[in-house]
Amino acid sequence: MARPKRQIVALTVNGEAIEIAVRPHETLLEALRYGLRLTGSKQGCDKGDCGACTVRLDGVPVLSCITLAVEAAGRSVTTLEGLSHGPTLDPVQAAFDACGALQCGFCQSGMMLSARALLDHNPKPSLREIKEALSGNLCRCTGYTKILEAVQVAAGLCQPGEGPVDELHRG
Amino acid sequence: MARERAKTSVIGGRHRKGDSVLKATGQALYADDIQLPRMLHAKILRSPHPHARIRGIDFSAALAHPGVVAVLEGRELPTRYGIIPWTEDEQALAEDKARYVGDEVAAVAAVDELTADEALALIRVDYEPLPALLSVDEAAARPDVKIHEGAKHGNVSKRVDLAFGDVEGELARSAVVVDERFYYEGSTHAPIEPHCALAQVDGDGNLTVWSSTQIPHYLHRALAKVLGLPEKKIRVIQPFLGGAFGGKSDPFALEFCVAKLALKTGRPVKILYTREEVFYAHRGRHPMRMRYRVGTDPDGRLTAVDAKIDIDGGAYSSFGLVTAYYAGQLLTGPYRFPTYHFDSTRFFTNKPCCGPKRGHGSVQPRFAFEVALDMAAEKLGLDPIEIRRRNFIGEDVTTVNGQRIGSNGFLACLDAVERASGWKERYAQLPPGKGLGVAGSMYISGTAYPIYPNEMPQTGVQVKLDRSGRVTVFSGASDIGQGSNSVPAWILAEELGCAPEDVVAVVSDTDLTPVDLGAYSSRVTFMLGLACIEAGRRLRAQLDAAVAEAWKIPAANVEAALGTYREVGSARTLSFVEAVRLAEAKFGTLGATGSYRTQKLGGDYRGGTIGASPAYSFTAHVAEVDVDRETGIITVGKLWIAHDCGRALNPCLVEGQMEGSAYMGYAEALFEAQEYDHRGLHRGPSLLDYRIPTTLDTPDMKSLIVESIEPGGPYGAKEAGEGPLHPSIPAISNAVWRACGIRLTELPFTPARVLRLLREKEARERKLAATA
Ligand code: FES
Ligand code: FES
Repeated sequence: MARPKRQIVALTVNGEAIEIAVRPHETLLEALRYGLRLTGSKQGCDKGDCGACTVRLDGVPVLSCITLAVEAAGRSVTTLEGLSHGPTLDPVQAAFDACGALQCGFCQSGMMLSARALLDHNPKPSLREIKEALSGNLCRCTGYTKILEAVQVAAGLCQPGEGPVDELHRG
Repeated sequence: MARERAKTSVIGGRHRKGDSVLKATGQALYADDIQLPRMLHAKILRSPHPHARIRGIDFSAALAHPGVVAVLEGRELPTRYGIIPWTEDEQALAEDKARYVGDEVAAVAAVDELTADEALALIRVDYEPLPALLSVDEAAARPDVKIHEGAKHGNVSKRVDLAFGDVEGELARSAVVVDERFYYEGSTHAPIEPHCALAQVDGDGNLTVWSSTQIPHYLHRALAKVLGLPEKKIRVIQPFLGGAFGGKSDPFALEFCVAKLALKTGRPVKILYTREEVFYAHRGRHPMRMRYRVGTDPDGRLTAVDAKIDIDGGAYSSFGLVTAYYAGQLLTGPYRFPTYHFDSTRFFTNKPCCGPKRGHGSVQPRFAFEVALDMAAEKLGLDPIEIRRRNFIGEDVTTVNGQRIGSNGFLACLDAVERASGWKERYAQLPPGKGLGVAGSMYISGTAYPIYPNEMPQTGVQVKLDRSGRVTVFSGASDIGQGSNSVPAWILAEELGCAPEDVVAVVSDTDLTPVDLGAYSSRVTFMLGLACIEAGRRLRAQLDAAVAEAWKIPAANVEAALGTYREVGSARTLSFVEAVRLAEAKFGTLGATGSYRTQKLGGDYRGGTIGASPAYSFTAHVAEVDVDRETGIITVGKLWIAHDCGRALNPCLVEGQMEGSAYMGYAEALFEAQEYDHRGLHRGPSLLDYRIPTTLDTPDMKSLIVESIEPGGPYGAKEAGEGPLHPSIPAISNAVWRACGIRLTELPFTPARVLRLLREKEARERKLAATA
């Protein structure tokens, strides 16, 4: 079957201005994973249900499996690979590691990008706000406890092993 | 009850996992992250019928489709396989007939996924629909419609009927008998990573398969058998794995298809299941219909337990033979059963095949029994925690069915959840609509016997160290997120006196690593840990001898921890790398192996070895619930989880397993149902329709680790990955009873079900009031 022609899309990925050739139906997730080989973003469902594919588009967390690659034209994409600052881990990555939040790790790319997006806008979120910000990212391993703790650690609200701390009813 | 503990430097610490930074940065490669030059993409055609004879397949249009490179059908892979050697009833692609909607019928390899998908639509299969048996009752009623011609009796997959003592006599003599029926709906694992496999063949015909499997060794054997190749020509690599929970512990169609298509085309071939295919691949929790009769004496001590269990197995055997045993065999602790009988039957039905989901075979009976025990406490006017204490089986005892229990921290678990939940002050005081509930459980730490009978080790490690100071451990164990890539580092650091960061693990690659049987039955930390201790101690003896010789002191006077060797009682020290150099000079190239094999265990009767484990873990939960009588919505405010893991080698990881388990049990209790309609179609094969809890749905959980120090375990450790799932469900049901006086005996506890029971209760009360 004839396929629609590829188009050249200019965008910024993890701070680098690049051009990619994509078909109009190609998702941003496919372009990142299979075109650019940025495999840190994961595909858990390919239909917008799980959040594993979350990336930031101009700073806003989006589901890259239901975002067309052509929609990213002229925009800036951040993936997990772009979260660290050179060789230094982002505090979110360091906290997820230190808290034992990374079990299988498959959900965590999306989880960490959602968490970073939250903290950029709300550096000291409440537990409820953290839960809301991460509610589109399904994790099947952790029961979320250590993830919530890790976000609080990244925000400087508690130490690894202490959280998650609920300011409403402690203990 | 805690036995004495040895002083440790690494074990017991909250260390980071050695590989988690790779996951944090996206450098960890999972199966679908691997792309090879000239790689083809394959897709599998699945049956739209729940039960149909396949008269023929016409591939001509598919083969003519541009971009299609090869097709595959059942008769090219005729050899049957199955995880249990006695019930090999699966074929990579169905040849004679399809047995469920989703059964694999044909495959296409093409230049890309879209082309393969298009080609699937061009394959013509000539089906002759057969009567579909979609429930246990239909399967039992129609022995003439055989789903498997090879089954001995109708559609019975396995029946187990075992009696220990005079159950009927004891029930007749009991002061209290609870007789109740329960239904446990099936559920599925839903790991966030879908199944994926990739195969490549080199010019010498050596085949490499990368797969998201949790059983690389059994997959290795199955591939050899089905492909007709010697095992030594096949290499199986398990890359990083995105969750499994038992859902990746069978060989699956995709693994055989990519291998055969790679052999046929000479090109690498990949298959990635869609989320919908993952729901149909299934192998999840079996639906079970159960009747329990539980007798006690006037003091609440158990006298007899009788169970009749019908198990809906789906279309194939998978682990089903074991499931039918586990449904009865794993219930005989933490309470003492003086007499016990169970009769469990697994049926074939025309639905996706069930298998082992976290807490394999025992979560459903545990739910039923723990609710029945609560009902007995209620009849006797006993506190639910007290009746559980009274029936405690003890330590170093043999269960009624012949299983040997060593350490047992169950009482400490009950104490911990009682204290943390404020049970004594709050249980009787909570306002209507709110309630606390308790439940306990027991689980295995590995099975005493491998799946196929053999005398070889169940796991092994090789350890290499050299003058660089780097320790490399080669381990076949499957890390599915639980941390088995890191366990060897902590243990070897402990034994060798180096830092955990000095140890690197090469894992789950059948060309490079010794055999390990896989991540199932909560066996890995226990068995791998003991193998690592053995290898570590062998090397440590050499290091000590070399250092002692250099210092001209007895080897017994050398001690080491965290990278420093020292002489006992003196200030003299050496670094770990210096010690290694001395040893390498004295003994030559350094290396050691360690392995583990369980000694003979189990009851002396047919099936008595199934459920036999070198150690048992124990758990108690308390759940706090709030039931909205208007909407029927249950809110679980908090779950307190106390788990006796023997010893927490790393408390952070143990908590992670406890929380993940309790969450999964909670999810089964309140949300999840793997259900099919009258055509055998899954009611919602997506992560939106099959509702798994989000951050907002998941209750607060408090992990309370109990350490009973198991004499046979590595540093006293037992399992933590499956046991803590069990009590969530009955604890919630029991809490709901306390909150509003209804007994939830069927899963899941949906608002509709809660409302129906509340209405029935109100109607009963009205009637009672009217007659009074
Ligand atoms: S892969 Fe995008 S939401 Fe699941
Ligand atoms: S860590 Fe495995 S799905 Fe979240």
